[in-house]
Amino acid sequence: MSDPMRIRAQVQGGGAVVRVLMSHEMETGQRKDAAGKTIPAWHITEVVAALNGRPVLTAQWGTAIAKNPFTEFVVKGAKAGDRISISWTDNRGDKRTDEATVA
Amino acid sequence: MQTRRETMARSAAVALMLAGAGVLPARAQSAWAKAAFEGKSIDDVIKGLGIAKPVESKDIVFTAPDIAENGAVVPIAASSALPGVKRIAFLVEKNPTTLAGIFEFTEAVETNVKTRIKMGQTSNVLAVAIMGDGKVLYAQKEVKVTLGGCGG
Repeated sequence: MSDPMRIRAQVQGGGAVVRVLMSHEMETGQRKDAAGKTIPAWHITEVVAALNGRPVLTAQWGTAIAKNPFTEFVVKGAKAGDRISISWTDNRGDKRTDEATVA
Repeated sequence: MQTRRETMARSAAVALMLAGAGVLPARAQSAWAKAAFEGKSIDDVIKGLGIAKPVESKDIVFTAPDIAENGAVVPIAASSALPGVKRIAFLVEKNPTTLAGIFEFTEAVETNVKTRIKMGQTSNVLAVAIMGDGKVLYAQKEVKVTLGGCGG
């Protein structure tokens, strides 16, 4: 099981700035190991961000998103106490969901 | 008389057609945009996504460093004040696969996203915005990479 994401959601202006740091290798499939064998691609493919359970932002990622992906976005009208949840799925079918409260 | 199985097959086919035509949001499509992500040039990605030819626009604000010391972590950001931006895709022209990621916005978020990408070498990086009316706009910037992030 992968490590938890670090999610920070802060009220700013009329919305909330959400910063997410996920823990994932994001292997490109381009690299070779010491024995010269190609390391297979292993990366997050889909991300869903939800506000109080309602999806607000989705993303599809390829191999070129950096290791331990970082994303920042702004949710309109989110207030302190609202719940932000982030879910990802990778190309091996692993999933993870973490939640944070807007502060 | 139509059996239930036929009905199911037909609605699945219709859903596929709609998804292909970009009528349904990406969330409703079960598949990751494989064809686009495997594209090895900007043209491949445009074809893979089934979008119009992008037109350069000042309304797309794209931020990337002039020089990335480490190609493995290149911070980029795109935003737009235009209403109706549905998706923003990030493309790195000279990466082994061109498309880095696609972000799909709803009404509940601002058209403003930041992330970090990997770059194999110095290249143009594009932020391509797909509008609700089918128009496609882009902004680009050359990022010089002193240490590549792909391969070893």
